[in-house]
Amino acid sequence: MTAAPAPLLSVRDLKVSFPMPRGMFRGVDHLRAVDGVSFDLFPGETLGIVGESGCGKSTLGRAVLKLIEPTGGTVAWLGQDISDLPESRMRPHRQDMQVIFQDPLASLDPRMTVGDIIGEPLDTFHPKLKRVERRARIEEMMAKVGLLPEMINRYPHEFSGGQAQRIGIARAMILNPKLIVCDEPVSALDVSIQAQIVNLLMRLQREFHLSLIFISHDLSVVRHISHRIMVLYLGKQAELADRDSLYRDPRHPYTKALISAVPIPDPDRERNKPRIVLTGDLPSPLNPPSGCYFRTRCPRAEAICAETAPGFDPVAPGHFAACHFRDG
Amino acid sequence: MASVTLSIQKTAEAASPAISPTLLSVRGLTTSFATPEGEVRAVNDVTFDLKPGETVGVVGESGSGKSQLFMSIMGLLAGNGRATGSVRFRGKEILGLPAPALNRIRGEKISMIFQDPMTSLNPYLKVSAQMVEVLRLHKGMDKAAARARAVEMLDLVRIPEARRRLDMYPHEFSGGMRQRVMIAMALLCRPDLLIADEPTTALDVTVQAAILDLMADLKREFDTSIILITHDLGVIAGLADRVMVMYAGRVIETGDVRDIFAKPGHPYTRALLRSMPRIDSDTLEELPTIPGQPPNLQHLPVGCNFQDRCLFRFDRCVVEDPALLPIDPALGLARAKACHLEHSPEAYSPEVRR
Repeated sequence: MTAAPAPLLSVRDLKVSFPMPRGMFRGVDHLRAVDGVSFDLFPGETLGIVGESGCGKSTLGRAVLKLIEPTGGTVAWLGQDISDLPESRMRPHRQDMQVIFQDPLASLDPRMTVGDIIGEPLDTFHPKLKRVERRARIEEMMAKVGLLPEMINRYPHEFSGGQAQRIGIARAMILNPKLIVCDEPVSALDVSIQAQIVNLLMRLQREFHLSLIFISHDLSVVRHISHRIMVLYLGKQAELADRDSLYRDPRHPYTKALISAVPIPDPDRERNKPRIVLTGDLPSPLNPPSGCYFRTRCPRAEAICAETAPGFDPVAPGHFAACHFRDG
Repeated sequence: MASVTLSIQKTAEAASPAISPTLLSVRGLTTSFATPEGEVRAVNDVTFDLKPGETVGVVGESGSGKSQLFMSIMGLLAGNGRATGSVRFRGKEILGLPAPALNRIRGEKISMIFQDPMTSLNPYLKVSAQMVEVLRLHKGMDKAAARARAVEMLDLVRIPEARRRLDMYPHEFSGGMRQRVMIAMALLCRPDLLIADEPTTALDVTVQAAILDLMADLKREFDTSIILITHDLGVIAGLADRVMVMYAGRVIETGDVRDIFAKPGHPYTRALLRSMPRIDSDTLEELPTIPGQPPNLQHLPVGCNFQDRCLFRFDRCVVEDPALLPIDPALGLARAKACHLEHSPEAYSPEVRR
């Protein structure tokens, strides 16, 4: 990233909050699911987004695509601010931004054939495409994602989880998009199938110069697939860095705790590694702690953490952390 | 009489670890389900022993039979399922026992925890009611004593403010806390054996770490035997003494946890270990994968069940189903694999790969 190409996606101070009625005539609370997130995503890059359930990672992925309307901040796509574009004017951009989900079978219409599922985006964006050519493009994409083209007339229930995820990927790829948001795409799959899908995504990325936003709670998979990684906690960025800096030199106590909690498939290492144990549960996002959101569970918290929220500041080139003690 | 014998055995074991009575002894357990498409054999001829205080990790993918094996042992099979073979718990046959007799063992001597805590918690009842019921039923405790014991147990699994939370409903707890409440319930009667089926799979990593620490403490403090069923080899590495790897309903490899991770004997175990991305290493190239997918249990091939995905297949694999045989004759079935390949590093050299 030395030549600094123009970012595909520029997100600034993005906010998403959901109104939560307290009861009749008692007003409304605002659940801040995403609370002031900023980042750039470059062409051909994979940004991993990690965090625990409820940290806002899926909401962030959807807000970036405007599948959920952000309540604040801006999203720029290839330099153009799309935050306030009405859906009619978003449409031309839609074919460049796709999404795949965790539960592959649940996200496929059971009454449609595989060919029609994969071809549906073509029908929407290229309705005048000739039938022969449509079929050729679908079969070509099926082969690319590792499905046998002769399965084109089968139905989703005839496929295993791993194959169903390949169908989802083929559908996302058929319009040759620039960005795919992958929301826990391998979490529901068996270990031996996970590796196949991760390899497939990485291969497609290289071949088509795709950008990926890879949302996952699995820090091992994220380490393998991502170029840069963002750690979210209660809707705020805790840390953002390139892959090796984040895993070798994490600066935020939350990132350190997350990494130390991941089991290592090696009995001696796993039993002897230092572990940072977090106490307590995730605070309610309706009523986040004052100052630093993480301080209620942080082993390093001091008085200042309750008073002032730490800025999300650089600790090294390209490495940001939101902590008063970011020396590491 | 049984309990007297046991306490003597426990003391004897503490004095000389060489004498280790068997807590659970499973012989030739086979479980079939009648389906409209015909009979499906989910568990096929499984044999193993479990010693007191021992933790066995059972690894396998969906459809490997790892959950159904223990549902069979617990007498919890679905209506169309049938288990044959033998399951002895402290020498007494429990397979096929009628429900009332089984209920005296389940919950008191053997407890089970699941991936989803709501499968064992009743959403309509306060946690206190559910915990007190178990103790009154199995231990004949009065209400006050049972409540005190329940609070003690919630404390033990580190539920903060246990006394106050005892009277809350399951939905008032977070996911991680609910999992701890379920573990507390499972441990109320100090079972000899805890069967944990994917106990941390639905949890966040920081919560998972806390639950795994808790299980390690239980092992140390109460000498509870644990059967840990999971697809996560990292979880196994941290907790298990021994490992059983299952594939298509069969045990295809067993051994000491360090031996399995350092020198896996079955190509499937090897491939499974290599295909996992690891947090402790930089991996830039492609992940090694296991091609294809697990076989359909209704159409198992002649010969080895893993043949279609195996990089080391040779003539014998397609005609003869390999039996689970000792790798190290001195250890017997405690270190065994079901594979025709010789157990030597040369057997896995790239030249042998097809």
